Amino acid sequence: MLTWVALLALALFSGATFFAARRKALAQADGKAVGLHSLPGYYGGFVALWVGAPAALVLLAIAGFGDRIEVAALRAQPAAAVQAMSGQQQDVFFDDARAIAEGGRPSETIYEGAQKQALDGTVAQARRLGRLIGYGGVAAAAVLALAGVFLAYPKVRPDFRARNQVEAWIAGLFILCSVTAVLTTVGIVGSLVWESWRFFQAVSPIDFLFGTEWNPQIAMRSDQFASKGAFGAVPLFAGTFLIMMIAMMVAAPVGLYSAIYLSEYARPWTRAVVKPMLEILAGVPTVVYGFFAALTVGPLFRAGFNGIGAMLIGGPFDGLGQYLSQVQNQMALVAGGVMGIMLIPFVSSLSDDILNAVPQSLRDGSLAMGATRSETVKNVVLPAALPGIMAALLLAVSRAVGETMIVTMAAGLQAKTTINPLDTVTTVTVQIVTLLTGDQEFDSPKTLSAFGLGLTLFCVTLLLNIVALRIVQKYREQYD
Amino acid sequence: MTDAAPPTSASLRQAVESRLKKRHAQELRFRLYGQVAIVVALAFLVLLVGRIVAQGYTTFIDYRVTVPVYVDPARIHADDIAGSNFDVMIADQVLARLGTKDDEFGTRSGKVMQILSNDLGFQLLKKVRSDPGLIGKTITVTGPVKADGALYYKGEIERSTPETERKLDDEQLRWLDSLKAKGLVSSGFNVGFLTRSDSTEPEQAGVLGAVVGSAMMLLVTALLAVPIGVMAATYLEEFAPKNRWTDVIEVNINNLAAVPSIVYGLLGLAVFINWLHVPRSSPLVGGLVLALMALPTVIIATRSALKAVPPSIREAALGIGASKTQTVFHHVLPLAMPGVMTGAILSLAHALGETAPLLMIGMISFVPGVPEGFTGAATVLPVQVYIWENASERAFHERTAGAIMVLLVFMITMNMAAILLRRRFERRW
Repeated sequence: MLTWVALLALALFSGATFFAARRKALAQADGKAVGLHSLPGYYGGFVALWVGAPAALVLLAIAGFGDRIEVAALRAQPAAAVQAMSGQQQDVFFDDARAIAEGGRPSETIYEGAQKQALDGTVAQARRLGRLIGYGGVAAAAVLALAGVFLAYPKVRPDFRARNQVEAWIAGLFILCSVTAVLTTVGIVGSLVWESWRFFQAVSPIDFLFGTEWNPQIAMRSDQFASKGAFGAVPLFAGTFLIMMIAMMVAAPVGLYSAIYLSEYARPWTRAVVKPMLEILAGVPTVVYGFFAALTVGPLFRAGFNGIGAMLIGGPFDGLGQYLSQVQNQMALVAGGVMGIMLIPFVSSLSDDILNAVPQSLRDGSLAMGATRSETVKNVVLPAALPGIMAALLLAVSRAVGETMIVTMAAGLQAKTTINPLDTVTTVTVQIVTLLTGDQEFDSPKTLSAFGLGLTLFCVTLLLNIVALRIVQKYREQYD
Repeated sequence: MTDAAPPTSASLRQAVESRLKKRHAQELRFRLYGQVAIVVALAFLVLLVGRIVAQGYTTFIDYRVTVPVYVDPARIHADDIAGSNFDVMIADQVLARLGTKDDEFGTRSGKVMQILSNDLGFQLLKKVRSDPGLIGKTITVTGPVKADGALYYKGEIERSTPETERKLDDEQLRWLDSLKAKGLVSSGFNVGFLTRSDSTEPEQAGVLGAVVGSAMMLLVTALLAVPIGVMAATYLEEFAPKNRWTDVIEVNINNLAAVPSIVYGLLGLAVFINWLHVPRSSPLVGGLVLALMALPTVIIATRSALKAVPPSIREAALGIGASKTQTVFHHVLPLAMPGVMTGAILSLAHALGETAPLLMIGMISFVPGVPEGFTGAATVLPVQVYIWENASERAFHERTAGAIMVLLVFMITMNMAAILLRRRFERRW
């Protein structure tokens, strides 16, 4: 609370210095901006930035991390009675102490005797620390702001290059923003590698990548049978691959042919109607596709296959009939097929752009030689666009591999290595969701294995993306 | 002259003409494949939307029962109002209206409570508590019919199904019929679905909490992703020197745009929750994760908008003495703004529909209310869809489709806004 008031005061103070510096600059140039190196506002901005920015950073740091400093300081030397408690009790104890100190609501734990004394002591200490950090931060910010005034204000003179200084600040901010993207990558790689490292200390990477049994169960007691669990991810890779293949079998032909039709045959008004429709299909959230797969397509396919099975039972294909009549809702075909529908607009809009990039002169040349339109497409346009189309398909594969909601809702949980599209399979993303939803301890291989899977997923999609970009760069024909 | 053509030419012509038919047939086939592909794609869209509307439109109809209840002083004690059983009292009086009586085990009143929402009891409790003078008087309360009863009215539960396989038995169906015949049941637009939050009872569950949660989360995402993305793109496009570092950043951004969303969830779990201790399942942490996810697309969209501004604008500004920064801020960015906003809205719309990363950061919890703040527990629309889809009760499936309809309305509104913005302000140079 104190910090936020201080921030507001700082903003007002910094604003005041802006006008003061602007006035000083104008006064020194006899009220004519022409006599100044920069526009008067830049002088104001220069001083206001030096007054406001460093102090604001300190205050924001206190607002964000003050609590954690306080907790760390409180926990540094706990009383003897607190040391005797278990880890969880200690957590509750310190939470309560801070809640009481700040006038919040403590838990209903009852502390007696030595514990009560320790609590009172900690509460007093928490109050002291809270005040110390709060006022200390405000004091530091005030010192920085005043230092800014004393250092920057005297510099305001007509020949001072204020604009360059302010622009340097802006450039710094811009660079900081573009570094955020790099930091995100560092964060992703760092967190995945770190958690996977902990996982690979419990399970060897060889077992993980090449093991053929997936059963991430951890025993409650160490003497329990099968206490190790199996972390062989091959069935998950197989399931992901199967569903991806089914999806591509739907998305690639439909997407490609519709892109060809739209770019080579369609009249302008057809394009104007169909393109936005496909954009709507692309904008539908994946959870909606998941719902559609789980509650409409799944039961429909099951009923269909069960019906066919019932007809075949007793006939020459009795075995097949028996099998078909027991097919489940969560077959790979359903998840893969619906995922294919999701990918149609993705494939078609990427391919459409690529086909449109093929110069018209090639088409005209081919048509002038007497080729039909389809021959032109097949023998001239497609070969010219092939690298781009390959890249588009690879990007679609990468999307299919990383897609989560459709498979979570419509595919199964049993890890099986199969190429039968009517079987239930599970995928890498489904397992990540299953392992990480709900409360889990963060040091068991079961939870950490999700990060191992995440790292594998990240590497595969990154590889696909890089290969796609390389194909485009290496094989693209440069026309005109 | 053609008459005098040499015989070789005539045979050639014949050969060509005989092939021409085949080639034209091929041409027709190829064109047909294209048409079929488009029809298939559009048919999927119609099927998807049609199926969801067909499943979900009934959510927006609800059945309310209105009963005058005599607050019986023999059952409701003034000194212990909260402890009195309003539900049974209502059930008994409804039974009386239906012309029967409870048996000694309370089976019949139990069965009535299975078709009338306990919301009636809550309302009565609230009224009596605020004014104990109502005891001994007759109050009229209106509340929803329980979800299974509503499903019967909507025709989802049919009499023809064997009694053991449906949730309501014949007697309950008879009561529902006679309640309707007596005019105690009215139907109308389901306002509650839009003004209530999640609940364990399907008939009392609504999407308000999820809508508010989504809005708060999207606000965090927009405040972070849009300014940072625009500034980063402006730097890369307008200021950055062409060297290895900026190349690294560029490749990086392109690759980030293709990272599966669930990986961002893992990042959020490891960094924001386990390391920085941002509260789990709060709009703040959800917004942070989605901001990182939306950042590359915002950057890419902004860069292409900046690229579309012709160099002559920059040269003109520089030529009359503006600095580089002034050129960008006064001329290039304002001209690129429509494109930037279109890209930003589209990536925010995408973020609005994202589910997978939010499951990783604990947004899947049951939140029976509007989120208390940016650090309080919240749920968002797509996750609400996922939660309801997983619920075993059939009435929740209808609500799932209803929630999807609400979600799609928001998505389509955002997309339309982006398209209109593009149409309205697009400039050809």
